[in-house]
Amino acid sequence: MTVSDVAPIVSARRDDPAALTIDGYLASGGYEGLRAALARTPAEVLDEVKAAQLLGRGGAGFPAGQKWGFLPPGKTPYYLVVNGDESEPGTCKDRVLLERDPHQLVEGVLICAYAIGAAQAFIYIRGEMPLAHERVLTAVAEAYERGLAGRNIDGTDFSVDVVVHWGAGAYIVGEETALIESLEGRRGMPRLKPPYFPAAIGLYQQPTVVNNVETLSNLPWILRHGAAAFTALGTEKAHGTRLFAISGHVRRPGVYEVEYGTTTFRDVIYDERYAGGLGDGRELKAFIPGGASAPWLFPEHLDLPLDPSVVGPAGSMLGSGAIVVMDDTTDVVKAALRLVRFYAHESCGKCTPCREGTTWLATILSRIVRGGGKADDLELMLDVADNISPPPFPRAGWADRGIEPIAFPYRRTTICDLGPSVVSPLRSAIERFRPEFDAYLALALDPARTGVPVEVNRGR
Amino acid sequence: MADDVTTESAAPATVAVTIDGTTFDAKPGELVIAAAERAGVYIPRFCWHPRMSSVGMCRMCLVEVDTGRGPALQPSCMIEVADGMVVETASDKARQAQDGVLEFLLVNHPLDCPVCDKGGECPLQDQTVAFGPGESRMVEEKRHFEKPIAISELVALDRERCILCDRCTRFASEVAGDPLITFIGRGNTTQVNTFPDDPFSSYFSGNTVQICPVGALTATPYRFKARPWDLEQVESTCTTCSVGCRIAVQSSSDRVVRHLGVDVDPVNWGWLCDKGRFGFEATNSDDRLTSPLVAGPAGAGLVETSWSVALDRAVEGLTAEGGSVAVIGGARLTNEDAYAWSKLARVALGTDSVDAQLGDGLPAPFVLGLPRATIDEACEADVLVLLAPDLKEELPVLHLRLRDAITNHGLQVIELATTDTSMTSLAAVSLRYRPGDAASAVRTLLDASAESDPSWAQARQLLSGGSVVCVLGRPSLAEAADSVVAAADLLLTELSAVTFLPALRRGNVLGALELGLAPGMLPGRVTLDDGRDWFTRAWGELPAVPGLDTAGILAAAADGRIQGLVLLGSDPLADFPDRELARRAIEGAGFVVAVDCFLNDSSRQADVVLPAATSGEKDGTTTNIEGRISRVQQKVTPPGTARADWIIAVELADRLGIDLGFDSLGAIWAEIERLAPSFSGVTRARLSGPEALAGILPDPIGPPADRPGPLRHHPVPHQVSVPPVDAYALRLVSGRRLYDAGVGVARAPHLAGLAPGAPLLVNPYDLDRLGVADGETVRVTSRTARLDAVAAADVGVPRGVAVMAFNQPGPGAAELIDIADPVTDVLVETR
Amino acid sequence: MARLSAENVELAREIIGRYPRSRSALIPLLHLAQEQDGWVSEEAMVHIAELLDLTPAEVLGTASFYEMFKREPVGRYLLNVCTNISCLLLGGEELLEHCSARLGVPVGGTTPDGLFSLEEVECVAACTEAPAVQVNYRYFPEVTPESADQLLDDLAAGRLDEVVPPHGTLSRVRPPTPTRWAGRGREGLAIPPGGVRP
Repeated sequence: MTVSDVAPIVSARRDDPAALTIDGYLASGGYEGLRAALARTPAEVLDEVKAAQLLGRGGAGFPAGQKWGFLPPGKTPYYLVVNGDESEPGTCKDRVLLERDPHQLVEGVLICAYAIGAAQAFIYIRGEMPLAHERVLTAVAEAYERGLAGRNIDGTDFSVDVVVHWGAGAYIVGEETALIESLEGRRGMPRLKPPYFPAAIGLYQQPTVVNNVETLSNLPWILRHGAAAFTALGTEKAHGTRLFAISGHVRRPGVYEVEYGTTTFRDVIYDERYAGGLGDGRELKAFIPGGASAPWLFPEHLDLPLDPSVVGPAGSMLGSGAIVVMDDTTDVVKAALRLVRFYAHESCGKCTPCREGTTWLATILSRIVRGGGKADDLELMLDVADNISPPPFPRAGWADRGIEPIAFPYRRTTICDLGPSVVSPLRSAIERFRPEFDAYLALALDPARTGVPVEVNRGR
Repeated sequence: MADDVTTESAAPATVAVTIDGTTFDAKPGELVIAAAERAGVYIPRFCWHPRMSSVGMCRMCLVEVDTGRGPALQPSCMIEVADGMVVETASDKARQAQDGVLEFLLVNHPLDCPVCDKGGECPLQDQTVAFGPGESRMVEEKRHFEKPIAISELVALDRERCILCDRCTRFASEVAGDPLITFIGRGNTTQVNTFPDDPFSSYFSGNTVQICPVGALTATPYRFKARPWDLEQVESTCTTCSVGCRIAVQSSSDRVVRHLGVDVDPVNWGWLCDKGRFGFEATNSDDRLTSPLVAGPAGAGLVETSWSVALDRAVEGLTAEGGSVAVIGGARLTNEDAYAWSKLARVALGTDSVDAQLGDGLPAPFVLGLPRATIDEACEADVLVLLAPDLKEELPVLHLRLRDAITNHGLQVIELATTDTSMTSLAAVSLRYRPGDAASAVRTLLDASAESDPSWAQARQLLSGGSVVCVLGRPSLAEAADSVVAAADLLLTELSAVTFLPALRRGNVLGALELGLAPGMLPGRVTLDDGRDWFTRAWGELPAVPGLDTAGILAAAADGRIQGLVLLGSDPLADFPDRELARRAIEGAGFVVAVDCFLNDSSRQADVVLPAATSGEKDGTTTNIEGRISRVQQKVTPPGTARADWIIAVELADRLGIDLGFDSLGAIWAEIERLAPSFSGVTRARLSGPEALAGILPDPIGPPADRPGPLRHHPVPHQVSVPPVDAYALRLVSGRRLYDAGVGVARAPHLAGLAPGAPLLVNPYDLDRLGVADGETVRVTSRTARLDAVAAADVGVPRGVAVMAFNQPGPGAAELIDIADPVTDVLVETR
Repeated sequence: MARLSAENVELAREIIGRYPRSRSALIPLLHLAQEQDGWVSEEAMVHIAELLDLTPAEVLGTASFYEMFKREPVGRYLLNVCTNISCLLLGGEELLEHCSARLGVPVGGTTPDGLFSLEEVECVAACTEAPAVQVNYRYFPEVTPESADQLLDDLAAGRLDEVVPPHGTLSRVRPPTPTRWAGRGREGLAIPPGGVRP
């Protein structure tokens, strides 16, 4: 597979500071998508988006148009909530869109609001991104000033208010029902399912569409160029382009927009136009294909295409478009510990298995790294993990050892996927690199070192 | 066939669900966990509670559910049954998930069961013993918190034991509407706590202790008092107020140590208020009367004596020449007690001047003659009209039921009130009227042509369709009952289908009234005149004319026209709205007999005091605001020689040479059922059968045709004349608070300190106008008295109105009120 | 410290007006309090509870869930060093240790002069600029121990005042709030836009 040379869809203006102002944005074709939408009926816009088969870019990859179609007729008002709470480790692509092309997002929001008939739209931006706030706030204000938001948008009878909302630091709020709770001024704890989608019962118990920043940023292009142009890109099941953030042990870490489904991991990690490969003399040890919650992949998986319908059955996920590359210098035990600690720290505390299990795992693994491991710790951890995410847990196949892949997604004893996510790094690391864990266990020569209290949640 | 078609097209009445291999019919919409329980399969759980919303937090109730797409682990507290659903609650996968959750819950749970109050009745302990691992795999340090901390006067919290099930916090916000406890922090360091220095001072805090599935929340009055396996219990009814909450009375070593709420559908759903839950402490008080007292030689005060001496003295005093006899009180009594005293008064004391109310309620023939609604009917009404005191203060669990109906089921409430109440923020519309003007307010409400602002128009709109239930009581003791009666009469005249739920507060006041402890009324909701023939045949000669109510009795006593005054568990000096009249009456009465559990201000001046048994110490029945009859049961021995009131009545009658005709509770009930028309059909067998758990509502069809009655109140719309408002005066509102200066609170050590006192609440505008600062001590002058009070600004009080709670410690509203006045106006001045 | 100033109460009412239900303004108002005082005091939480008709406990329950709300004073500069996976791979932990040593405070501590607080943070979405540091949530990419020293010096000397406002300031632009068309066309909106009890 070769690298595609398609023009970028969502990141076309990323290096153009002029696009930050509405004049600059208009000059580059901005708000033409909105105007194209307003020239049609909302139902036609919805059909166009459905035809584009735009998959959600937040992590779950659910088709956006289908999600909108779940809104129960007549149960107004409907709300639109933009998920800009990007915080999956390894992920930083929405931040690029928020900070560098805020009008594109606002335009996407307006198109979606028009299609679904939203009474109000809320752009929930992660609290730790003040620059994104400033840029989006300014863009919204400019749109209002030009009559492109608020009352009678662009002279039509379509009206919608757009409110920019602050987050305040909680990874779990990226889960859409937790995001809604947070937007209601509550603790950001995921809601029970069913209902499985906020489209039925969402913000203020009303039907609500929650879409990711990148998802909505695709809409202006789709409305300008048509669904056919969009589906012409990518593969049968993954259309258009997608942003990938490639970080870790690569020469040129960055956020790259690539054609969806046709590009491979090898392309984005090694090609000079993208991450440019690993450091001199370094070998690839493992990589996380879709944010910290994704089971790890290994060198033999480099030629998988960036297509969710391929990566899922292969045992992992493209998730939030974050590829973290680990070379042969990586201490995978410490890497796993860091991610396990992350989930322990970010567990909202609602479900017992996640609240207690993630911290327990972090405590055990921390003790192992500090040289206090015990012989049965690894089995204990895997068993504890099974109680958060009942087996079989998804994993990549190892062709050379005859191990078959187990397809994504994971099972869970919890409400949301945060709990099972802790198992991804843990199981991936233990299963693939067990000798490295054994080496740590061997450090524990002094039995008095076991059971030392380990501070898990630092900095609180 | 046509019938079949019809049946098929209707919504299915049941759905077939297979749980652990057995297929049975479940109700559509029912949760799997509840359906399984009805089918006899108990799915373990910690966070789920049938009276609260599902949160799915603990994950203990995970089961395998197959709706046709293969089995999947699901929380059974969240999944509704569906036709053809197959549930496995104990399959390998389900068991493994449940075991895993149990282990997680124990990871940070301390092993202090031996010193934990919950030990022995702890769901977590029980689960662990039944299914848990023998040994913990957790070798790390557990989570630590300071333990325990007081989160209120009544509740202590041990955060180490807490499993974060959200029951207490959910109860506080969802059920009680007092979100004063909350989750704080996140993830593994989450804790339940209050805001600093803002305690969990909810009237309902004790419920959180009862529903806590571990020993994290403990009740201060119960801590370390007993172990569950040492407790004995009976099922009974709380008589602290008249809602009639079903309870379990638990004792250890012949002392009541705990009340728990029993969950019955029509009444309390398992909830109790804290006064009802912890008020039993008063029955254990060292101040209880344990033997009869008689007035000693002049100046010697009351001295202990024997029952025979005391009863002889009582009979001697009550039958002496010089005036008639009257009985005040009776709401503390059981129905059987009340019947015995009702009969005693008529046939042995020769008086119809008996009144279970103390000038603080509504006229008995009016209340008993109203078309009655149940609590369920009030909750399910299309519109509820509230013309009553603050229900959260006076009938707390009724407040919870209505709150649930409003917040979860869309009940529309129109509140008519003189000041903000706990219902104000919940009501669809809350309308204000000036004290005394309740009837004019209702007239405006019902008059489509009246000009009024949008909220009155909205209320009128609400009233225009559907069923209407009115919760009716005395909103303020500073306002005569007549204005409420006139308001109700208007409702009855204009809204044909309106029914009423009386908001009269005292324990068994409705039972007492219904059994004839009211002037002009005989047992079974019949008037003296209507029932004269029927009861004369059974009882013998009855008083010729209706007697006096409490206000009339006290006025007569003050004038020296009452020779014998019986205070039947009543304290007019504290409870009658007009203290000056009560004072003169006690002094003016020729001879006073008090029957009570404690000495109070009134009975201290009695000539004879007879010690009575109280709740938990006697058997019988009680009647709630709906007319629902439920049992009270004895669990402990009364102190000293205290005895049930009916026995005292029999003994007094005996000394008066009259045989009341019964010598047991069974015999009394048989007579009630036979004679009192409204109790017809409520047999003793029914009262001890299974239907009695929720209490028995007598047959609404009414008594057999040969009995008198049933009583119907015939509305007579009339004007109530209220004096014009004096621009310099404020019109007084005086309602009760849950915690007051009454013995039930004062003698319960953990409740005694909770009486909030009685500042004079005034609108800030009026305070400004009067030149009074918030918090300043002012002089309050009414037509009858003057006293000092602390003025406090309150935006919930309308302009022109002053609010002062009734019967708080110290001089208060009763000093200011003249029972003869329709309203009470006060002047407020700086000192 | 303090309740919200009169000016901030004004702003708070405006923020509340943006939402169909007033409680949605809770997090923005907590940010407002933190912007005023540099942290969120109990007095501020009580005041916010009054403004939103909540109990202080409800405000605390929400405030304590979120990392950014500091319920104890922190330094003028809150230094957040990311050690999550991408930063870890490129020296985040070593950088954190370096900053701790340089400032002479443990992670989670504040320097005695009240200038710096040091925290280890979870991923701040700067993975391609690892190891990343935020100062009062302003990004500093690819920080080395040497550049960290320079950063701390610059901050202490006030040379970055233009870039890094004091802790608590979230957005420095406050564009005029768009006029609401609402109310006037939101069929079916059951609850009117959040009112505040006077």
